Amino acid sequence: MNFEEMLQRTPYSFSKEEKEAVLTERLSELTEKHRVSCPPYGNILRSAGYERGRIGSYKELPFLPVRLFKELELKSVPDDQIVKTMTSSGTTGQAVSKIYLDRVTSANQQKVMVKIVSDFTGSSRMPMIILDCPSVVKNRLMFSARGAGILGFSIFGAKRIYALDDDMKLNVEGLKAFLDKYRGQRIFLFGFTFMIWQHFYKELVRLKQEGITFDLSDGVLIHGGGWKKLISEAVSPEEFKRCLTDVCGLSHVHDYYGMVEQTGCIYMECECGHLHASIFSDVIMRRPLDFSECEVGEKGIIQVVSTLPESYPGHSLLTEDEGIVLGEDDCPCGRKGKYFKVIGRLKNAEIRGCSDTYAEKFR
Amino acid sequence: MTNKEKYVNAFTETFDITEEETKGLQYSGISAWDSVGHMSLVAALEDAFDIMMDTDDIIDFSSFEKGMEILSEKYDVEF
Ligand SMILES: [Zn+2]
Repeated sequence: MNFEEMLQRTPYSFSKEEKEAVLTERLSELTEKHRVSCPPYGNILRSAGYERGRIGSYKELPFLPVRLFKELELKSVPDDQIVKTMTSSGTTGQAVSKIYLDRVTSANQQKVMVKIVSDFTGSSRMPMIILDCPSVVKNRLMFSARGAGILGFSIFGAKRIYALDDDMKLNVEGLKAFLDKYRGQRIFLFGFTFMIWQHFYKELVRLKQEGITFDLSDGVLIHGGGWKKLISEAVSPEEFKRCLTDVCGLSHVHDYYGMVEQTGCIYMECECGHLHASIFSDVIMRRPLDFSECEVGEKGIIQVVSTLPESYPGHSLLTEDEGIVLGEDDCPCGRKGKYFKVIGRLKNAEIRGCSDTYAEKFR
Repeated sequence: MTNKEKYVNAFTETFDITEEETKGLQYSGISAWDSVGHMSLVAALEDAFDIMMDTDDIIDFSSFEKGMEILSEKYDVEF
């Protein structure tokens, strides 16, 4: 099955066997393409002892530690074909990943993202409230993870409003007018978990005490970006949802897991609270000691594979997150594929230990 | 204003280009028509023709000419 044919399929329709075959074919092809077109990647494969003919399953393909994109400029297309460069978020002074996109990869990211999200929201576009500030998308040549997320999801917005101004203040009047105008319609909300908590939820709580309330019971919220920053606030995913329902009636809330290095292939949280892998990507949990695959229910380091990256060798990556596969093809929501949860970030020392172990493989 | 004029206007105003420059124009062919510009263009066209485009059509909208084809075939805009 080629990629165009995959795009014709619904995103959670492959059983384990079918998915294994499709991913093995496509990911082996991408490995070969990048081996030839990206010399530093070719060198890495050589030191990893990669042999083309010996791959029986996509699970045997080499994976790159995700931080390699901070250290090396990895691209598989000439510079004049790069239409967009995306960067990971990072605190000032920290190295950021740079991901180079050509026209095909960029278009496929958007197509796949739309297919995945539509499975949860329906394909019709809705009035959209972006729970962030407009300046995030100002630098159009260099997209941050936040900007890229907002832009990617903006396609679902028929009319759009930014809920925050550039000083991160909630635009109360604008929001009221927007909700009045589209009353009775389903409203789509999108933002990053921490920003929502800090600048939206907390402000709604404060306003409520002043007697100003918002009714978002017709809304559907998709949020991502992880829980790391919320740990200090002791907010669990359950608490997050409950609080939002309490303050504004918002009850359709989906978290997602994803990273700028594999934009498009996001892992959406279903109605049962499980993150799902679509037919376009997969997760494999790895044991830190020897990188063998974990059993269902066993905690490991998350490897992500994506069928999208054609302009950079990011189709098979070892993340710095830990997770657990909860099952495959049998989630009560009816979607096929693996479902899993993310435990959180590895600690820095663990990442270092892990990269050392990983580096061993290349000697 | 004719539909063709409205259509051209959406491009010239969103991307700050001349009518001459719209011919043969492709997505990401000029820096203004990037992913941000694309969503602005869609908004301008939706306002001009009072339509709501499907996500698939927004993605397929890859050039000035392709856009006309999509609008006339799927949204009954006659040029
Ligand atoms: Zn599910």
